Amino acid sequence: MFDIFLDDAPALVVVLPLLISAIIAFMPSKIWPWIVSIITLLLHLFLSLHLLKEISVSGLIIYEFGNWEPPWGISFKIDGVNIGLQLLFSIFVLVSTFYSRKIFLNEIDYRDSGKAYSLWLLAVGSLNGIILTNDIFNLFVFLEISALASISLIALGAGQNRNALLAAFNYLIIGAIGATFYVIGVGFAYAMTGTLNMNDLVIQLAQYSDGQLAIFAGMSFMLIGLMVKAAIFPVHIWLPPAYSYAPSAVSTLLAALATKTILYFFVRLLYEIFIIYPSYLSLFLDFVLYPLSLLAIFIGTVIAIYQDDIKKLLAFSSIAQIGYITLAFSLKDHSGVASGFVHIFNHALIKGGLFMAVGYFAILYKDRVTLNSLKGFGYKYPITSFALLICGLSLIGLPLTNGFISKLYLFQALYTNQMYFSIALVAVSSALAVVYFWKIVEQMWFSEVKFKSEKEDAYIYLPIWIVTISIIVFGIYSTPIIEFSNLSADYLISGYQN
Amino acid sequence: MVGGLFIIITSQNYLKKVVGLAIFQTAVFVFFVSLAKVLDGTAPILTKMANAYSNPLPHVLILTAIVVGVATSALGLALVLQIYKNYETIEEKEIESLELKSDK
Repeated sequence: MFDIFLDDAPALVVVLPLLISAIIAFMPSKIWPWIVSIITLLLHLFLSLHLLKEISVSGLIIYEFGNWEPPWGISFKIDGVNIGLQLLFSIFVLVSTFYSRKIFLNEIDYRDSGKAYSLWLLAVGSLNGIILTNDIFNLFVFLEISALASISLIALGAGQNRNALLAAFNYLIIGAIGATFYVIGVGFAYAMTGTLNMNDLVIQLAQYSDGQLAIFAGMSFMLIGLMVKAAIFPVHIWLPPAYSYAPSAVSTLLAALATKTILYFFVRLLYEIFIIYPSYLSLFLDFVLYPLSLLAIFIGTVIAIYQDDIKKLLAFSSIAQIGYITLAFSLKDHSGVASGFVHIFNHALIKGGLFMAVGYFAILYKDRVTLNSLKGFGYKYPITSFALLICGLSLIGLPLTNGFISKLYLFQALYTNQMYFSIALVAVSSALAVVYFWKIVEQMWFSEVKFKSEKEDAYIYLPIWIVTISIIVFGIYSTPIIEFSNLSADYLISGYQN
Repeated sequence: MVGGLFIIITSQNYLKKVVGLAIFQTAVFVFFVSLAKVLDGTAPILTKMANAYSNPLPHVLILTAIVVGVATSALGLALVLQIYKNYETIEEKEIESLELKSDK
């Protein structure tokens, strides 16, 4: 009986959270929504592991909804590109849900916790849909579900600070414009090819081998729309307020996973479909994505230095880190794409850990965490502070942390492409990252006032330390991350060379 | 379409921005539906009279997109209502000056 469910595992990882979210919205109690979410996500992790097992045998799963064959029906595709991301997603969501309970109890009205977890699972299910879908219109639907769910979650921060409402509203307007741009692009693509399935799209587009203006226009619309959603530099303005005013648990989920899944789809669109037009692709990568990534890295880091509010500081550093990822993706070769995926995995862990630690501080301090308020926290709350220190060192890229592995692979990829200017810039901005992180460390450990250590909540620091330990483990034993990234790059780049 | 975008960018009133967004999205829906038209085609119903049918698929896609658009507008309006309850205004400039005051 159980096998029936396993056959449908690709659909269930998306449908299960969506279904459960509808049920728990009406649970009035304070703890049951959380317990049900945890059970759901444990099942989700089990299904992801099952998918990993299947993939290691067959290498490719195409799941057809309602047994409608593609190109007519909607299909999900799981292959080497997304299985690593799926696994990371499953594990991280479980950890952050475990972490979220105490945070939500402190930051929002406990009677709302059923609704909050309903939105939470809605966001999880739809982000997972973005990872698996093989249909460009289906992607738009998942994109919008996840955007609406995360906007509502951000607006829950209004109980703490009314700025959250403005942040959520701006995200709504800018996000909806981005998504609509994407739909225009899909319209052009459909008008030229008559298909929405990604595999079929490649075949149909091949007949216009020298390219048509309508296709280029459609491609540009799709890319710009996704750039808005992934917060790539000039269209990132919705991100810092949204991350910094959202409830801390929500910032953790969004910062670690939301932009990453969209970046993943962005790169899949580039290297799986648009690769048919190498001249257009290299035009886009060399003259749009590459300079914008460099600007993002530099400007994001510099603005982060001048921030007083810690969550805002982390949000601006996210802009810079997204810049590193897109810089790697703009390199057009195996090492570049692989190092981009390495950084997607590592940055999800680092930023997740940082936001978790800062979120806990916000509850302890009972106000927004600014630089001044951190004074002496290193002695007051040593367990969480030490985790924050390790995550921060990893963000800078010190050896023995996974941040070092990302930087190493990025430098290697840049070096093989002989981009010495970017190497210098990445090195400088890593040095600048030391500046903003040192400001935090200075406040926490080197202020004159000494405090006695106080009791910390194990339910909160346990998940933080799980993330921190994984950062160190992957810094020393990085093989799993490297292998998943190489696998992703193999699948994407093999299309490029043919 | 451009009209909707123009309203979103220029207007100072949050309510007007939501309306602008709705116009912008509707324009894209019309674009999709116009793609589906086949010359001399009728509605895709099985009759002996017709030789050509319009393509129903874009209509179906847009039905989905309309639902998404409704949800977006509803959430936008709900947020505007909450902003009004918290700030007692929905003009962008007034809210900015309120925020500047509260910072000092």
